[in-house]
Amino acid sequence: LHCDNQWCWAPAYHLVLEGILILWIIRLLFSKTYKLQERSDLTEKEKEDLIEEWQPEPLVPLMSKDHPSLNYDIVTGPPSHKIIVNGKECINFASFNFLGFLDNERVKQKALTSLRRYGVGTCGPRGFYGTFDVHLELEDRLAKFMKTEEAIIYSYGFATIASAIPAYSKRGDIVFVDEAACFSIQKGLQASRSFIKYFKHNDMEDLERLLKEQEIEDQRNPRKARVTRRFIVVEGLYINTADVCPLPDLVKLKYKYKVRIFLEESMSFGVLGEHGRGVTEHFGVNVSSTGTVSLCFPGLMCCVSQRLSGQGYCFSASLPPMLAAAAIEALNIMEEDPEIFTILREKCKHVHKALQEIPGVKVVGEAYAPALHLQLERSSGSRDTDVRMLRSIVDYCLERQIALTLARYLDKEERFLPPPSIRVVVTIEQTEEDIEKAASCIREAALAILK
Amino acid sequence: MPPSMTKSSANKQINGDVCHRTSNGKTSSRRNGFVKNHCLFQQPQQKSRRPSENDHVVRNASLYNKAFVEQFEETPLLVAVLTYVGYGILTIFGYLRDFLRHWGMEKCHVAREREEQKDFVPLYQDFENFYTRNLYMRIRDNWNRPICSVPGAKMDLLERASKDYNWTFQHTGKVVKDVINMGSYNYLGFAENTGRCADAATESTHEYGVGVGSTRYEMGNLDLHEDLEQLVARFLGVESSMAFGMGFATNSMNIPALAGKGCLILSDELNHASLVLGARLSGSIIRVFKHNNMVSLEKLLRDAIVHGQPRTRRPWKKILILVEGIYSMEGSIVRLPEVIALKERYKAFLYLDEAHSIGALGPRGGGVVDYFGLDPKDVDIMMGTFTKSFGAAGGYIGGKRELIDYLRSHSHSAIYATSMSPPVSQQIITSMKIIMGEDGTTLGGVRLRQLSENTTYFRRKLREMGFIIYGNDDSPVVPMMLYMPAKIGAFGREMLKRNIGTVVVGFPATPIIESRARFCVSAAHTRDILDTALEAISEVGDVLQLKYSRHQRRPHLPSSLGSWSSEESLLQEPNHVKPSVM
Repeated sequence: LHCDNQWCWAPAYHLVLEGILILWIIRLLFSKTYKLQERSDLTEKEKEDLIEEWQPEPLVPLMSKDHPSLNYDIVTGPPSHKIIVNGKECINFASFNFLGFLDNERVKQKALTSLRRYGVGTCGPRGFYGTFDVHLELEDRLAKFMKTEEAIIYSYGFATIASAIPAYSKRGDIVFVDEAACFSIQKGLQASRSFIKYFKHNDMEDLERLLKEQEIEDQRNPRKARVTRRFIVVEGLYINTADVCPLPDLVKLKYKYKVRIFLEESMSFGVLGEHGRGVTEHFGVNVSSTGTVSLCFPGLMCCVSQRLSGQGYCFSASLPPMLAAAAIEALNIMEEDPEIFTILREKCKHVHKALQEIPGVKVVGEAYAPALHLQLERSSGSRDTDVRMLRSIVDYCLERQIALTLARYLDKEERFLPPPSIRVVVTIEQTEEDIEKAASCIREAALAILK
Repeated sequence: MPPSMTKSSANKQINGDVCHRTSNGKTSSRRNGFVKNHCLFQQPQQKSRRPSENDHVVRNASLYNKAFVEQFEETPLLVAVLTYVGYGILTIFGYLRDFLRHWGMEKCHVAREREEQKDFVPLYQDFENFYTRNLYMRIRDNWNRPICSVPGAKMDLLERASKDYNWTFQHTGKVVKDVINMGSYNYLGFAENTGRCADAATESTHEYGVGVGSTRYEMGNLDLHEDLEQLVARFLGVESSMAFGMGFATNSMNIPALAGKGCLILSDELNHASLVLGARLSGSIIRVFKHNNMVSLEKLLRDAIVHGQPRTRRPWKKILILVEGIYSMEGSIVRLPEVIALKERYKAFLYLDEAHSIGALGPRGGGVVDYFGLDPKDVDIMMGTFTKSFGAAGGYIGGKRELIDYLRSHSHSAIYATSMSPPVSQQIITSMKIIMGEDGTTLGGVRLRQLSENTTYFRRKLREMGFIIYGNDDSPVVPMMLYMPAKIGAFGREMLKRNIGTVVVGFPATPIIESRARFCVSAAHTRDILDTALEAISEVGDVLQLKYSRHQRRPHLPSSLGSWSSEESLLQEPNHVKPSVM
């Protein structure tokens, strides 16, 4: 009551004012003083609409029905000296059968013996009971043959360099690579996530310029430089350009700038050098001074007849033993008879000479390279037309029993797409008549088609 | 509890439906159903809570036509602690010995840089070396054991000896005969040097030689390859297929042709290295979902579609889900019906890698699709390898005609890699025809049944003995937990002493505390062989105290064989099934 009285005594205007103030405070408390930005959270309904709305692209774009890849040439029978392409017997100028081991009776016999002993598959990766005695023997033999400390075989040629590069070169490392490097090198580099610097094909000055730039960079940040591995990746004999890397110069640069060399010898192994030891023997360079890696020279070899091939190693099933056995036998033949390399070189020179001066077509490659490229002298300006013209030459020759093939590339994925070309592969089985016939056939075709 | 363990046990929790993980570790239980919000598989409401014994939740049971039993028993706490102690001791000794090596008191066997390259940046980082030098080297003799016979049910091993503690090996010239092979992926027993397959391969060697020496697109497309591809398409029940020379490369070289910039790849965390490499090479954005966890996958899918690409906020061009049929380190089987439901709901594409499951699962050997009785057309890209069940080498991709036509012109492998060797192709053709029964015999069916029976028997026995066995009851890959680093080596060696070859794996192939032994059951194993192996495993298990399981074997579990024909699947009455069965 007392209280009540006191309230009554307060002046009315005071009460009204206080009342308004209290209301004001309440309003302040419960209202937002500023406008919140519209919340970005979507409601379930909106999300649902978005999901309904979303239309993915088709898994693969539709292919035109007449795309050449839909009709591969079909080969029946062995792809050796004589090859049956689309039902027609031809002389083979297309398979990488340089030393003629594909249909070699000795190689076959060894493979069969192995098949009868081990079966076909290995049913496991190397780590888990997929290492066969033949694998060890082959690695041993390869190491001896190449005069390296050790060798390692992969089960697939393409995967070898593609997995050997990321095995050594990691994120943050620097790789200097030739522009003409083949696709599997490009994939290996991509998998390694290293910094990649391209130098112009076989241009040592350009490479040295990049190395110098790197040296200056290193001086600025010596701490980082101490842990950054550096590699040069080159091919012995380039598959895309059919020429050889200037190895002695590379070795000089290697020591000057302390860079390791990765040498991919798919094409040059069993071809170059007096004993077929590849580009190191060709230049008389000591292998250990090029060998990228001092403890384990990755088996970068796609042997002529088999795929001996380097993450691929740990995680994939090992090479079927019969293929390993075949490779050992092929090595045996190579060691017994180094003459074959001289014969091969003679044949290459012969083919190279025979293909000169064909109107409209130029030969790309060294005289001793067994896989040459025939390019158009003058491009029509459109890649498609060029490819079509070259394909007509190939078809013309196929008609006349000369099996040739276009060099195929993934146009959109190659870093530096080589110009379209016909691949001419030389093997020791081709006779002089074969070569003459092929050359005249190509000449005729060029005259008829390129006019 | 150390953090990594919490993580891994949490991961596992989700993939094991059987709620055996009750005692320790943060466990969470999630209910699924088609209720409430729009997700197919409901998102978790609670992050974690302790499930009660009765909490055997059946998820999306309606999608499965047979029991789906998969178990991942919790690591016992004491074992986990002791395992870490084990690694601790190894590490301390490792540093001690590195110290001795540094001061020249102990001989160092590590490959050295040549004199003229001394000042090059070292090729390997020190830590990688530390692991190899001090942990792997101690037990290196358990890997790369060279064999010199067919990798069949029994094999011959070359005896190795090391005079410098596993740094180098010498062959003693002796051969350890008739070692029981529990390591090779010879699921259907086609690793043979006699019989139809070997004969056919011999013949094709005579006819075609051993190599091809060109790519498919250039001059390496044999008629044999065309035959093989038609057969594979028929076997899989798809329109068309393409075969490749190496299984690993089938993944790593074809995924980049299917996805690219602006695409999203959703990949299971335990996917094989080849899938990971392929995804990385493709240039797409990769997100990883928890192993076999559909809730995690659905969340990623929803978020991806709703939010679009990071930064640019454009919608994704397409979404590709990468899963495997059987996971070779866990022994688990993909929850394919749920994955397919998700992919259809969210318009994603599904890439199924059946490296281990093709031939090894399903009443007709058709892999996981066959196992679950699904339509192969629901899987966009069927991939698999010929290395395992077919006793050959290489891999394939199957699917719609448009897909294969596209691959023929865009696959890295078709354009740049040598095509498959003829005898290898022939081995696949012959073995596949046998599996399909096209050879006019029932031998294929016998093998399939044998494998399935062997798997059930072997898994049941091991579990009864009290080992912790991971994975699905129907998976021929049987991982058995060893946990402690010292037991990895001890188990491998003790088994070899008893003439049994097993595979043991530790870090980095598995989480650090989950070292394990892995057995691969084969149709070539006879009951006798399995019994001999089981006896030896039990004996070694007692010596090494490997029988960790704290669960009494539940008396009744649905037999995997019986339920094929049984329409009355246990699924209809989930409440009766313990442990929870999908």
